[in-house]
Amino acid sequence: MQLELRNLCKKVGKEFHISDVSLTFAAGSLNILLGPTLAGKTSLMRLMAGLDRPTSGTIHVDDRDVTGVPVQKRHVAMVYQQFINYPNLTVFENIASPLRIAGVATAEIKERVAKVAALLKLEKMLGRLPQELSGGQQQRTALARALVKGAELVLLDEPLANLDYKLREELREELPRIFSATGSIFVYATTEPSEALLLGGNTASLHQGRVTQFGKTIEVFTRPHNLITAQTLSDPPLNLLPVTKLNNRMLYKSHVEVPLLGPLPHLPDDDYTIAFRPHHLFLHRNSDKAIAVNAKVAVTEITGSESYVHLDVAGVRWVLLARGIHHIDINETIEIFLDPDKFYVYDRNDTLVVTPEAVTGA
Amino acid sequence: MAKVTLKEIAHSYSGFSENPDDYALKKLDLTWRDGGAYALLGPSGCGKTTLLNIISGLLTPTKGQVLFNDQDVTRLPTEQRNIAQIFQFPVIYDTMTVFQNLAFPLKNRGRTKEEIEPRVIELAKMLGLEKDLYTKAQHLTADAKQKISLGRGLIRQSVNAILFDEPLTVIDPQLKWELRSQLKFLHKKFGFTMIYVTHDQTEALTFADEVIVMYEGEIVQVGTPEALFERPEHTFVGYFIGSPGMNIVPCRLQGHRATIDGHEIVLSQSYENIPVDARIEIGVRPEYLRLAPPNSEGEGLPVQIIKVDDIGRYKIVRVGLNERIFNVVMTELSGMTGDTARLLFDIDHTNIYVNAQLITGEKR
Repeated sequence: MQLELRNLCKKVGKEFHISDVSLTFAAGSLNILLGPTLAGKTSLMRLMAGLDRPTSGTIHVDDRDVTGVPVQKRHVAMVYQQFINYPNLTVFENIASPLRIAGVATAEIKERVAKVAALLKLEKMLGRLPQELSGGQQQRTALARALVKGAELVLLDEPLANLDYKLREELREELPRIFSATGSIFVYATTEPSEALLLGGNTASLHQGRVTQFGKTIEVFTRPHNLITAQTLSDPPLNLLPVTKLNNRMLYKSHVEVPLLGPLPHLPDDDYTIAFRPHHLFLHRNSDKAIAVNAKVAVTEITGSESYVHLDVAGVRWVLLARGIHHIDINETIEIFLDPDKFYVYDRNDTLVVTPEAVTGA
Repeated sequence: MAKVTLKEIAHSYSGFSENPDDYALKKLDLTWRDGGAYALLGPSGCGKTTLLNIISGLLTPTKGQVLFNDQDVTRLPTEQRNIAQIFQFPVIYDTMTVFQNLAFPLKNRGRTKEEIEPRVIELAKMLGLEKDLYTKAQHLTADAKQKISLGRGLIRQSVNAILFDEPLTVIDPQLKWELRSQLKFLHKKFGFTMIYVTHDQTEALTFADEVIVMYEGEIVQVGTPEALFERPEHTFVGYFIGSPGMNIVPCRLQGHRATIDGHEIVLSQSYENIPVDARIEIGVRPEYLRLAPPNSEGEGLPVQIIKVDDIGRYKIVRVGLNERIFNVVMTELSGMTGDTARLLFDIDHTNIYVNAQLITGEKR
C-alpha cells in the first residue's frame, strides 16, 4: 500500500491547522512527523485516520481516493500518548480484542496474538492484568493491539512521551525492528529531534501546519533546506548570527565585523543568517580559519561527559557543546571559536544557500 | 534558606512494619547544604516522589526525622514549613495577570507594594515574562504558564527550600533549554536550596551540583554528574546514566586480566581477593570503546558489526562478541568497510563490578 496526501488543508474557525500538505508514504516505511506542540502533528494524523475530514485536498491509498471514508472502513490503527488498555482484561485479551470484534476464529487469534507478543517481548506477560505491568509494558500492550490487526497504516502519536527516559530509550531501540517486521506504513509523531534521529526512517518537519521539508531523517538533519527546518531538527538549539554583506565586508548589527572566511567571500551582497550547531562552536582554536569571538558566560551545564556553555555574544544567545567537564564561572568573558567550514548560510528568505563542507563532501 | 537533614528516614505506605519489603523507602540518611542544588533521579517507582512528599510535609515518614537547619519539622504540615513547590503542570490563577500571579505569594504574607513591585519586575525580566506582565495568564501559552509557576516558586527569598516535581515534562525540547538555563542562573544568583525530582538524566545532571540516584527505595549513589558518569558505584547507575548506558558484561577476572568469552583484556588495575562465587562484570561506557578495522594485528576483541545508527552528531554502533552486545559511540567510522571489526577498550575508563558494586583495584 502507498498513502498519498494531496494538498491537504484543515481549517478550524478562521485558523488553518493544516495548510497545503502533500506527502507520499511508501509501503513498509517509517515516517516521522517532527515539530513542537501545535505544529499540526495530531491534526494531520486525524486526517490520515479518517477521524476528521479535510477542508480541501484529497487522500489516496494506491491511487484510490479515500478522502470521505470514515475511520471504521479504513485499515488504520492508532496509538496514543496515554496508554489505553482494558483494565479488567488480561494482556492476551487486550491484544486479542480487535480480532474478537472482527470475528476471527479462536485458533487464529491465538496464533496472531502469540506472534505479535513475541515481537514485543510480552510472551511472559500474557496472563497478567495491565495494572500488574510497568509503564513500558503497558505501552507495549497498546502497541501490540495496534499491530495485531495487521492494519495497513499505523499512527503513533507521541507514544513514548509518558514513559521514563530509560524505557523510552529501550523502546526506541526496538521499534525500528518491530516496524520493519510488519510491512505496514508507520507514521510517528514526536517533538524531539533526538527521537527522530534515533528512529531513522523519513522525517517531515512541521511548522504551523505546514511541512517545511520531507526526506530521509539524517538527510533532513544534515541538509535542512530552510532555517525553520534546521531549527526544528536541532536539540540543543541552533546558533544563529544575522549578518549583512556589502562591498566585501560582512557586518552583524551594522557594527560587528565578521571576517570573510570559508564560504562567505563567495556570497553576493545581501542579508543572510549564519547558522551552526552547538558542537561546532569551540573553546579552543581547531583550525587556521577559525574565527575568535569574545563571549560572556551565562550558565554552564554539565552532563557528566560533556558541558553545555550558554553564552551571550553581542546580544545573541549561543550554546557551546564541548567534550569533557568545563567549570566556567557565570559572567566570565571567554574566547570562543567559530569554524566557517561548519556554517549553514540562509538567505533573506531563510532558504539554504551554503551547506558545510563536511556534509557536501560526504 | 536552610540546610535540610534527613535522619534515618524510612516509609511504608501500610504503616509500621518489621518486614523491610513493605518499605517504599528504605532507611536513608542525607544532608543537603544551605544553597545547594540537588536532584533526585530514578525510574518510576524508585521512591523519589515519596521522599519529596516527606520533605514537603505531604507525608509523615514511618521512621526518622526531617530537619530544616536544626528545627525538627517531621510532623509539621506543609504550610508551616515555609517551602515553595513547583509541579509538573502549571499551578497559577488563570484570571490574574502575570504580575498579580507573581506578587500573590508576597501579598499573601502582607508585604508592602514597595517591596513587592521591584522584586516582581526583576524576576519577570529574568524569566523573560516582562512583556506579558499585565496580560492575564489564561491568554498565555503552556510554557509561559509554567514560567509563571516557576516565578511564583522563586519569588520569596525567605523560603527554606524550593521543591520541583518534574517541572519540565510538559515543555517542548527547545524551550526546555531556555527554562533550564534560566533556573540554573537564578539558582546561582539567589542561592536557593533547591531539590529537583526527575526521571530525566539530562535534566538532573545539568541542574544539580549533586545528584542522588535512587533505585527500588534505596539511594544507590550520591555524586557529581562527573562521578556518576566516570565511576558509577552500582551497575544500575552505569545503566541509568548515559545514553546509551554503560556496557555491563559478565567476565572472568585474574589479577589485571579480564576475559570475556575467552578473549583477554589487560586492565590498568589489578584486583585480588575476589570471592569465588561472586558475580563479576566489566563496565565500560560506549564513549570509551573504539572500533578498529578487522586486520589490526592482534589488538582488541573480534566483533561483528550488527547495526550502525547515524544520529547526526555521532554514530551508535552495536557490535556483538558472540552473544555479548556492546554499544560503541564514534564520530567517524573511517576505514571500516566490512561487518567485522576489532573492539578496543580505554582501560583507564574500564570498571569492574562485583555483585553489582564497583570495586577498586591496585594501580599497576
